Amino acid sequence: MIRVVDGPFDPAAELARFARGRTDVGAVASFVGRVRDHDGRVPILAMTLEHYPGMTERMLARLEAEARRRWPLLDVLVIHRVGRMLPGEPIVLVATAAAHRHAAFESCAFLMDWLKTRAPFWKLEETPEGERWVEARSSDDEAAARWEQPAAE
Amino acid sequence: MRVRYFAWLRQRTGVAEEEIDPPAEVRTVGDLARYLAQRHPRLGEVLQSRGVVRFAVNQEYADADTPVGPRDEVAFFPPVTGG
Repeated sequence: MIRVVDGPFDPAAELARFARGRTDVGAVASFVGRVRDHDGRVPILAMTLEHYPGMTERMLARLEAEARRRWPLLDVLVIHRVGRMLPGEPIVLVATAAAHRHAAFESCAFLMDWLKTRAPFWKLEETPEGERWVEARSSDDEAAARWEQPAAE
Repeated sequence: MRVRYFAWLRQRTGVAEEEIDPPAEVRTVGDLARYLAQRHPRLGEVLQSRGVVRFAVNQEYADADTPVGPRDEVAFFPPVTGG
């Protein structure tokens, strides 16, 4: 399930509900991304996430479908917040449920790596020196590239 | 044709979206970028430098050769930074 939310969410409460009652689930893996209060040397006072409504949901749904195609997943949850948020607040939650841990761990990492390079979100940081748009990192492209599969024969 | 801008591209154009009626010779995303560069001088340089701007047509990633038509929604935005 995919959700884009414009207010705070509680990862612990979401995880408590996730795959509840599924006795075939032997493994749940999750990742929570949070707003940091600094970027190396510059303090970050707040962050605003902009997105492309419509395309965002379309891309996230595609990510979920691709994860389910690659691993035997019993459930998937992706929650991404948009709007203005403060340091310490969650930005994103990804959770995966499977019978065994490897599928859960790997698909969770895959979903985050592809989300960071494909889902149309943009981060605007507020610093004491003013606002600045976060630049894409080549390390994120490299992280996503490790999940590329050779074209089918 | 509806054109949408996001993040710092939106700040440079001053509009989040606009309805335009480009001339018939605008057939691809690349043609449209050149046309919009005249309309929004502050976008001109970045729209035409490769790798800086990403494109979507009807909410699917596209490239400079992707065809565009009057009913399409075309978006210009910087590389994404979510998560």
